[in-house]
Amino acid sequence: MGDPFGLIGRWFMDLLTGWGMESSAALTLLRFLGAGVMAIVLLFACFFLIVAERKMLGRFQDRYGPNRIGPFGIFQTIADFVKLIGKEIVVPAGIDKPLYWLAPLLVVMSIIGMWAVVPLAPGFRGTDLNVGVLYLVSVGAIGTLGIIMAGWSSNNKFAMLGAFRAVAQLVSYEIPMVLMLLVPTMLSGTMGVVGIVEAQSEMWFIVAAPLAALVYLISSIAENGRAPFDLTEGESEIVAGFNVEYGGLAFGMFYVGDFLHAFTVGALFSTLFLGGWRGPGAEQYPLLGLFYFFLKTIAVWFVTVWIRGSFPRVRIDQLLALNWKFLTPLALLIVAVTAVVNKLAVEQGWSRILALLAANVVMAAGVWGALALHGRTVRRREEELRAGAAVSASAAR
Amino acid sequence: MSVLQIIFLVTGFVTLLAGVMVVASPKLVHAALWLIVSLAGVAVLFVLLNANFLAVVQVVVYIGAIAILIIFTVMLTRRVMADSGPTHNRTWWVALLSAVVLLGGLLALIWQHPAFQAVPAELAAADTSLTVLGTSLVDVNRYLVPFEVASVLLLAALIGAIAVARPVAKGEEADE
Repeated sequence: MGDPFGLIGRWFMDLLTGWGMESSAALTLLRFLGAGVMAIVLLFACFFLIVAERKMLGRFQDRYGPNRIGPFGIFQTIADFVKLIGKEIVVPAGIDKPLYWLAPLLVVMSIIGMWAVVPLAPGFRGTDLNVGVLYLVSVGAIGTLGIIMAGWSSNNKFAMLGAFRAVAQLVSYEIPMVLMLLVPTMLSGTMGVVGIVEAQSEMWFIVAAPLAALVYLISSIAENGRAPFDLTEGESEIVAGFNVEYGGLAFGMFYVGDFLHAFTVGALFSTLFLGGWRGPGAEQYPLLGLFYFFLKTIAVWFVTVWIRGSFPRVRIDQLLALNWKFLTPLALLIVAVTAVVNKLAVEQGWSRILALLAANVVMAAGVWGALALHGRTVRRREEELRAGAAVSASAAR
Repeated sequence: MSVLQIIFLVTGFVTLLAGVMVVASPKLVHAALWLIVSLAGVAVLFVLLNANFLAVVQVVVYIGAIAILIIFTVMLTRRVMADSGPTHNRTWWVALLSAVVLLGGLLALIWQHPAFQAVPAELAAADTSLTVLGTSLVDVNRYLVPFEVASVLLLAALIGAIAVARPVAKGEEADE
C-alpha cells in the first residue's frame, strides 16, 4: 500500500509496452487517458455535488430540499439529467452556431482544467507544473471567454447584457484573487502547486496569512458568481443572464460548471492555504492523504454553500465598489507587507510564522478601524442628506 | 516520427490556419476568436519547447486580458460587428504574389545562416529557465533598468487612464 497511484501507472505502462507500443507513445496515451478519467470522474461527481448542495441549501433555509427520488432524494440530479437530455434542442434564430455550441464546453473545460495541477495525494496528481499557480489563473480566463461567447452568440440583448455584467465581475475579482495567489507563492518560494503543499509541512499557510486566505475566499466566491455575488444572473433585471437562450443539456453544462466550480474553489483553497493532502500519516499512506484532501475540500465547500445560503445579494455597484475600493487595495497591502515580513524573518522557523501572523493581526486591526471610520462618515452624510431633504420638503409645503 | 513531432506539426498547422482566418473571416468577432486560437497555438508551441512559464503567460496576458479586451471593443461597436462586405478586392493576386516572393527571399536569406541547419540542443530535464528569468530581471547587470522603466511606463499609463476616465468636476464643467 506504499504507493498505490504509482503502481497503477506502472501497471498500465507495462501493459501498453507489452502490447508492443513505443514507450514515448505509451506515455502520451497514458496522459490522455489520465486526463480523460479525471474529467469523467469530476463530471460524475457532479451528480453527488448538486444534490448535496441542494440538500444543504434546503436545510439552511428551513426546508427539506429534494427528497422524492431515491432514499433522501439522492437520485434527484439523475432525474434532472434525464429530463435535460430528453428536451427538444431549441436553436434560437440568428445565433452564431459554432460559438453558441462551443461556449458551454469552454466554461466546463476551464474548470476541469484546474484539476490538472492539484495534487490529490502524495504522488497522485495530473502534472507538477512549475508555474502551477499561474496556470490556474490562465485556465480561469478561458471560462470568462466562454461566458462572453455565450452572451454574444445568443443574439439576445439580455444575454449580451448578462455577459457584460458577468465579465465585469469576473475580470475585476480576478485581480485580488491573483494577488492573493502571490502570498502562498512567496511563502513557499515556488509557483508549483506541489511545492506549495510541500512547504506547508510545519504549518498551514492559513495561520501565516489568514487575511490573504479570507480575501482569496471572497474573490473566489465572486469568480464563481454565486450568492452573495450572483449578479451574473438576475431574474428581475436581465431575464436570466448570459445563458438565457440555452436549453437542455447545453444549459445543463453551465449548471454543471457552476456547481463544479464551487467544489473546485474548495479544492484550491484547501491546497493553497490548508495544506492540501497533508495530515497525520499521509506520507506513509497516500490513500489517507486523499481522504484528508477531500475532507478539507468538502469543509471549505460547505462554508461557501453556507455563505450562499446566508447572505443577501449585493447590487452591481456595491459589488464593484467592494472589489476596487476595498479588496484590491487590501490585497496590494497584504502582498507588500507579507513580502517585507517574509524577507526579514526568512530562515527563522516558527518565529517567521509568528511574525507573519502578528503582521496580519496588525493589518486586520487597521482595516477594522478604517472600515469603522468610513462607516461613520457614510452614516453621517446620509443623516445630513435626510435632514436636508426634510427641510426642503417642509419649505416647499 | 515521434509523438511530439506529430503534435508540433498539428499545432503549427492549426496556428497558421487560425492566423489566416484572422484576416480572412468576414465577421470581426470571429476574427478576434481566431486570433485566440492562433495565440493558444503559440502557447502550445512554448510548452513543446519546455518553456512552461512563457506558455502560461501567453495564455494569461494574450487570451485572458488582451483578447477579451479586443472582443469587448468589437462587441461594443455595433455597426462594425454586422459588416458583411467582401474580404478581398480584385488585386488579391498581386498581394499573394508579393507575399510569396517576400517569403521566398526571406527563406533564401535564412537558409544561408548557419544557425538554421544546426541541430537543436537537447533540453535540460529540470526546468531552470524560470529561475534564470526571475533573477535576471532583478540583476543590475542584466535587465533591471528596462524592467523598472517598463514598470514606470505601465504605472504612468494606469494613472493616465484614471485621469482620462474621471468625471469632470462641477467647477470645470461651468467653464466649458
